[in-house]
Amino acid sequence: MTRHIRHAAAFCALLLVALLANALRVQVVQSGTYDGNPANRRDAIARYAQPRGDILVGGVPVTGSRDTGEQLRYERTYRDGPLYAPVTGFASQVYGTTFLEHAGDDVLSGADPLLSAFPLWNDVTRGRPPGGNLVTTLNPAAQRAAYEGLDGRKGAVAAIEPSTGRVLALVSSPSYDPAVLSGNDAGAARAWARLNGDPDRPMLNRAVRQTYPPGSTFKVVTAAAALDAGVVTDLDAATRSPDPYRLPGTTTRLTNEGEGCEDAPLRDAFEWSCNTVFAKLGVDTGLARMTRTAQAFGFNDTDVRIPFAVAPSTFDTSLDRAQLALSSIGQFNTRATPLQMAMVSAAVADGGQVRTPYLVERTTRQGGATVATAGSRPSRQAMYPSTARRMRELMEGVVREGTGTNAAIPGAVVGGKTGTAQHGVGNAGIPYAWFVSWARGERDVEPRVAVAVVVEDGSARRGDITGGGMAAPIARAVMEAVLGS
Amino acid sequence: MTKAGVGARAGAGATVAAADAPAPAARLPRRRGVELSLIVLAVLLCVYGYCAVGLAKTGTVPPGAAGYGAGLGVLALLAHLAVRLRAPCADPLLLPIAVLLNGIGLVLIYRLDLETPHDRAAPTQLVWSTLGVALFILVVAALRDHRELQRYAYLCVVAALALLALPILFPAVNGARIWIRIAGFSIQPGEFAKVLLAVFFAAYLAANRTALTYAGRRFSRFDRLQLPTGRVLGPIVTIWLLSVGVLVLERDLGTSLLFFGLFVVMLYVATGRTGWIAVGLLLASLGAVAVGRLEPHVHSRVEDWLHPFATIEAGQGANQLAQSLFSFAAGGVTGTGLGLGHSVLIGFAAKSDFILATAGEELGLAGLSALFLLYGLLVERGYRTGLSLRDPFGRLLATGLASIVALQAFVIAGGVTGLIPLTGMAMPFLAQGGSSVVTNWAIVALLIRVSHSARRPGRTPSDAPRDEPHGTPGDKISGRSG
Repeated sequence: MTRHIRHAAAFCALLLVALLANALRVQVVQSGTYDGNPANRRDAIARYAQPRGDILVGGVPVTGSRDTGEQLRYERTYRDGPLYAPVTGFASQVYGTTFLEHAGDDVLSGADPLLSAFPLWNDVTRGRPPGGNLVTTLNPAAQRAAYEGLDGRKGAVAAIEPSTGRVLALVSSPSYDPAVLSGNDAGAARAWARLNGDPDRPMLNRAVRQTYPPGSTFKVVTAAAALDAGVVTDLDAATRSPDPYRLPGTTTRLTNEGEGCEDAPLRDAFEWSCNTVFAKLGVDTGLARMTRTAQAFGFNDTDVRIPFAVAPSTFDTSLDRAQLALSSIGQFNTRATPLQMAMVSAAVADGGQVRTPYLVERTTRQGGATVATAGSRPSRQAMYPSTARRMRELMEGVVREGTGTNAAIPGAVVGGKTGTAQHGVGNAGIPYAWFVSWARGERDVEPRVAVAVVVEDGSARRGDITGGGMAAPIARAVMEAVLGS
Repeated sequence: MTKAGVGARAGAGATVAAADAPAPAARLPRRRGVELSLIVLAVLLCVYGYCAVGLAKTGTVPPGAAGYGAGLGVLALLAHLAVRLRAPCADPLLLPIAVLLNGIGLVLIYRLDLETPHDRAAPTQLVWSTLGVALFILVVAALRDHRELQRYAYLCVVAALALLALPILFPAVNGARIWIRIAGFSIQPGEFAKVLLAVFFAAYLAANRTALTYAGRRFSRFDRLQLPTGRVLGPIVTIWLLSVGVLVLERDLGTSLLFFGLFVVMLYVATGRTGWIAVGLLLASLGAVAVGRLEPHVHSRVEDWLHPFATIEAGQGANQLAQSLFSFAAGGVTGTGLGLGHSVLIGFAAKSDFILATAGEELGLAGLSALFLLYGLLVERGYRTGLSLRDPFGRLLATGLASIVALQAFVIAGGVTGLIPLTGMAMPFLAQGGSSVVTNWAIVALLIRVSHSARRPGRTPSDAPRDEPHGTPGDKISGRSG
């Protein structure tokens, strides 16, 4: 019997070894796959177990965190939610994150390894450092001026600092309060359904995720290409362009809104936005030069991140001459985001250089110690500096005596370009009012702000929609806010 | 019968006789002081764990720490006093291990109570532990000699079958019909039945093991595979079939597996015939395949075991087993620390069947291994007691009780870690469950009692009859059954 008791004991020892070996397998060998399983909620619990870092505008947080005591514990709160929604996006337990909340998530949630004071320390303690902060480049006064200028109408504003590419304002209207999407409860689900069902699409970030036909504001690009290519050498020489202009190879006749465009010199054509002149100018410049200049301004760049992705603006590279003529006045299938048009304006203001726009100045630890700064950004030359100088002259003329007088600021040098973009089948849609501009204050050495405004106002009468009338005052308010701060 | 067969049989008999020679009669030290120190250590460890939970969850030492420590300490000391007075030669490791496991169980349940407000599982478990220790003291004090139990073998088996059959009259809970509810308390009678059945098996096999081993028909061609006569084997197989049958009716597959394993192990130890293991394994696999195919409750368990993440892929979220695996994985080597895991995600069985997941997550592989080794040590002390005894009943009883603990711990621990299909069982001492805690205290009490006999100095042959393979029949049991 002794022998068999020993056998039974040996059998139990075998079972023990099997248990230990299996525990080793589950807890060490395969723990990575188990930890990473999407149904494992531990990651989400750890993520929401501490307050999220904040997004700062003008040194003040526009976000906050609220302790709910629930399993996914801290919920996001927002100060001036609708005003900053196109920048912050939302951070929801259920619906994830968007925009800066998404792009800066590692820092905000504390997962970024840069946040821990000592490398590997948090691996040892299994802790997660407190969330870091994102300090934005936004100018709160400009942001508010843009938001209030749009006043709930559909549209967007983008403003950047020409010499650096810092984004000073990024507004989309109508907006929404991202706070309604934070949290675990049924309220978030209802808000999600309501916002997604809204025909005005309040969660659409029109400043960076929506492209519009740029209309006449694209004439800045066309003019720059023509000047760079030497198609026009004298701003005040006649351009030998007919009115109406027959699109090459077609019988379609292009006309102008106003009179006096026939043979108009570039300066007058730019000030009064002559379609015929610029359509012919684009064709004369040629597809290759037009494409090169447009792409130098940032068109067709699919990889713009500020740090969240910006929808690519497009300038078609395979066009016949009639299509090129239309594209040169910002129609056909030319499309641009408001941010892209602000970059165009900023390039003119900054001697022809296009700076990569960015929204995050620096990231800090919770206490405020800087972890990373934006650093120097790549820039490229969109046109010769001499061309840029002449383009500034042209744009100043628009504001001084052309279609953009509504943007004039006493005591400041302002350049601009209006646009009224046709769209829809047979151009049946209510046109979009555009205005792009830049401004230099009295005591400034160089322009401090470049703005693009687009208003898509379904309630206005068709004839009243002009870039100068609807969009220019908003641009002026934004520029005044920047110059005054 | 061939000549070789005779030789082999004689050889086997000789080996058994040699191996079962009396243990040396050297006086073993009593080591009650060691037991006391280990108990104090165990209680302190548990109080430390209790405080660690509170510090992790609220940043303060929990208000009940003193009460919890005092309660556990008083229980342990009373048990120790009973051992010191009534079984002074007992193995000094058994009681401290039981106290430590029970204490850790209380800490883990308290820790999970904090995640589920309005739950008072830990205080309830403390009440049941008190009852368990009371039963422990009663057994240690009242049972003068474990061999007295032999007399009650048939009473035990009748009681066991009655207890097993009782839940059939009550409604099923979570798919298994193993609970009875009285005045708000739910009791699992099958838990008590396993001790009674072990006593019966030990008594019956001790009385009939000679007949089981050597009498009976042989198959002419496979003469090593010798079946005992139906007259001897019949009653015990009948009892076993009845108990397993009842459990299958109640869908308590963990316990039926335990009973089956217990039966095979005890039969093997009593008769020493490897054939029993072979027959047992064959029957077990046949039974497992049949039940796994036909019975939906079991079938789903097997499917879960083979594909623990199937429900996730089907978009229904993680099932209990997947959640349990996540828990273990989250623990890693060193664990998250008491109170800092999320094993509560497992759901309603977190405190009972899946208590080990909390240990695995918060104490890590290190803590889990320590727990497994504690069970291993408890089982090892049980087998050692069996080895050092000389009366067949005591040997079989100690072996059987140790096997219950080993099999039960393996079945549930293997289930929640994905080693074998999951069967709902309680981790001995650790899991929430009154019947289970009380039963385990009874098991430890019996082991203490038996080990006292084993280690008692000055045993005489009359005191402990020689364990002769050709020992005299005429036990009360064989007398009755014959």
